[in-house]
Amino acid sequence: MSVWTWLALAGAVVAALAVVAEVRRRAAASAPGRRFFRHPTAAPGIFVLAFFLAIALAAPLVAPYPWYLQIDIVHVADRPPSARFLLGTDLYSRDVWSRIVYGARISLGIGTLAMLLAVTVGAAVGAVAGYFRRWVDTTLMRLVDVGLAMPRIFVLLLVVALWGHVSVPLLVLLIGLTGWFGTSRLVRAEVLSLREREFVAAARALGAGPTRVIFRHVLPNAAAPIIVSAALGIGNVVLLEAGLSFLGFGVPAPRPSWGTMIAEGWPKITAAPWASLFPGLAISLLVMALNAVGDALRDALDPRKEAA
Amino acid sequence: MTEPLLRVRDLRTYFVTEHGSGTARAVDGVSFELFPGETLGIVGESGCGKTVTSLSILRLIPEPPGHIRPGSFIEFEGRNLLALAPRELRAVRGNQIAMIFQEPMTSLNPVFTVGDQIAEAAIVHQGLSRRAARARAIAMLQLVGIPDPGERVDHYPHQMSGGMRQRVMIAMALVCHPKLLIADEPTTALDVTIQAQIIELLDRLQAELGMAVMLITHDLGIVAGSADRVVVMYAGQVVEQAPTPELFGHPLHPYTEGLLASVPRLDTPPARAGGGGGKLHSIPGQVPAATAWPAGCRFHPRCPYAWDRCRQEEPPLLDAGGGEPGTHTVRCWLLTEPRRRTPRVS
Repeated sequence: MSVWTWLALAGAVVAALAVVAEVRRRAAASAPGRRFFRHPTAAPGIFVLAFFLAIALAAPLVAPYPWYLQIDIVHVADRPPSARFLLGTDLYSRDVWSRIVYGARISLGIGTLAMLLAVTVGAAVGAVAGYFRRWVDTTLMRLVDVGLAMPRIFVLLLVVALWGHVSVPLLVLLIGLTGWFGTSRLVRAEVLSLREREFVAAARALGAGPTRVIFRHVLPNAAAPIIVSAALGIGNVVLLEAGLSFLGFGVPAPRPSWGTMIAEGWPKITAAPWASLFPGLAISLLVMALNAVGDALRDALDPRKEAA
Repeated sequence: MTEPLLRVRDLRTYFVTEHGSGTARAVDGVSFELFPGETLGIVGESGCGKTVTSLSILRLIPEPPGHIRPGSFIEFEGRNLLALAPRELRAVRGNQIAMIFQEPMTSLNPVFTVGDQIAEAAIVHQGLSRRAARARAIAMLQLVGIPDPGERVDHYPHQMSGGMRQRVMIAMALVCHPKLLIADEPTTALDVTIQAQIIELLDRLQAELGMAVMLITHDLGIVAGSADRVVVMYAGQVVEQAPTPELFGHPLHPYTEGLLASVPRLDTPPARAGGGGGKLHSIPGQVPAATAWPAGCRFHPRCPYAWDRCRQEEPPLLDAGGGEPGTHTVRCWLLTEPRRRTPRVS
């Protein structure tokens, strides 16, 4: 690792700390914001997320080698962590740290995009079902029941197996479209109570149509549970993607996703455990951070805690 | 005589109750007219159908469980509102007929600034740009007497007091200059001094904008002060309808009489401990359930004058004379037998 790489890495840490400080400063202005940071794991969680985001964005600076580079297949395969190879090298003599950095792009990217898709679809379906009720509600919710009744990993495995080769955008689409059932239930429940509120009647009395009422008046008021479910959901998606990749059905090699990296290090786990260990640690750290932030968000945005 | 702006004829709005055990006839054959520029007071106890009547006019009744029975007729400027397609109806709501609700605390959307909410109707109905709508919102805030409108326009509802929020509600309702404003108990949730300010504001705006106002309230004081005509409702029906001075001067229906007697007055002292002074009058009993209105006259179980005919035969709206036909109408058999109006000694 060159001086510049170390500097870039230090820069990423500083940037993450700066993000935490800035978020804390902005949050101090509101009661939910202060409640959020009262959660002991909230600040470390934000730091970890910000750090991963920083290295993902600045990957070419932070990573000493390109993700695909086999440095020297004869002499530097399966090297343990050292000053030259921060987290060691894998059996193809690729730098594990560099691959984790680039893998952050893929794992975070898939997690975020798939979750955005799932939350969008879930919120829309839940809102429509809750607002219109009657047969619309019944139809959509039975559909959701079917979706929830099937184990997601098997559905994904089935689809992926039928498809053979799966590209990354398709993977995002698949994970997103199988992950909205829970959100839609949550949003529906929220909308059922919101639609009876007086401001909804007031909006209708003003001449707003159903689309406007749902998306402008009802959904923004359900933002809190949606955000929380999204934050907790990203962790799930990251794990799911890692699982699929580990099984060889996810991100196609040689692209580094953290799940693929664990799978690739597996055959040499006794000789070179770092090749699997570090991506595994990265996944654990990310998912823990997401859950910590999600939990803190849930506590902060829970209106019943307003008095506390 | 001018054409009425709003003509409600034989409006029946029923609700099917949860377990199919019965039908609540919340509004059961209500008719009245409202002329351009006038203020019509609609008075009655809770549960008499005032609010359901107003919601029916804009077709905001939740369906199911509610429905407006066929045969009902709500004509606004010559168009039957009950026959309009949803899109046409939305073009009327907020644009030509606007409504303000009872609870200023919950009738504003907590996640938008008041400016956004006032501007909404202008954007929906008149297609104003964001900037023009914002300017309009500031002008409306000024109109309803909110100080510092340029700053207040960016405030959220929770940053305002109840009285200010009700002013914002009024600004929202009036942004498209509707021809008819339905005010459903606009002051019930406010304290007395603010009530007076809001009523004054409504009176002033009505004069400035030349709109008709349908003022729904259970507060006879408010009606006496600002309504031109009054409709008294009981048990889903109109029981008396007259110009305000006439109604307060010569109430004919025993229910109206009872309501007027129930208002505390400064010139008759209230009951004191140890006797002396008059006791504040109250109408005995309570409004019957809307699923089972009494047979005959619906007021007879609580009426001090009721006799056999009242228990068996439902009175129609009878003309009480006094000016043109239809000026003062009363749903009471006493009109045919005035000599029976001698209070029972209790």
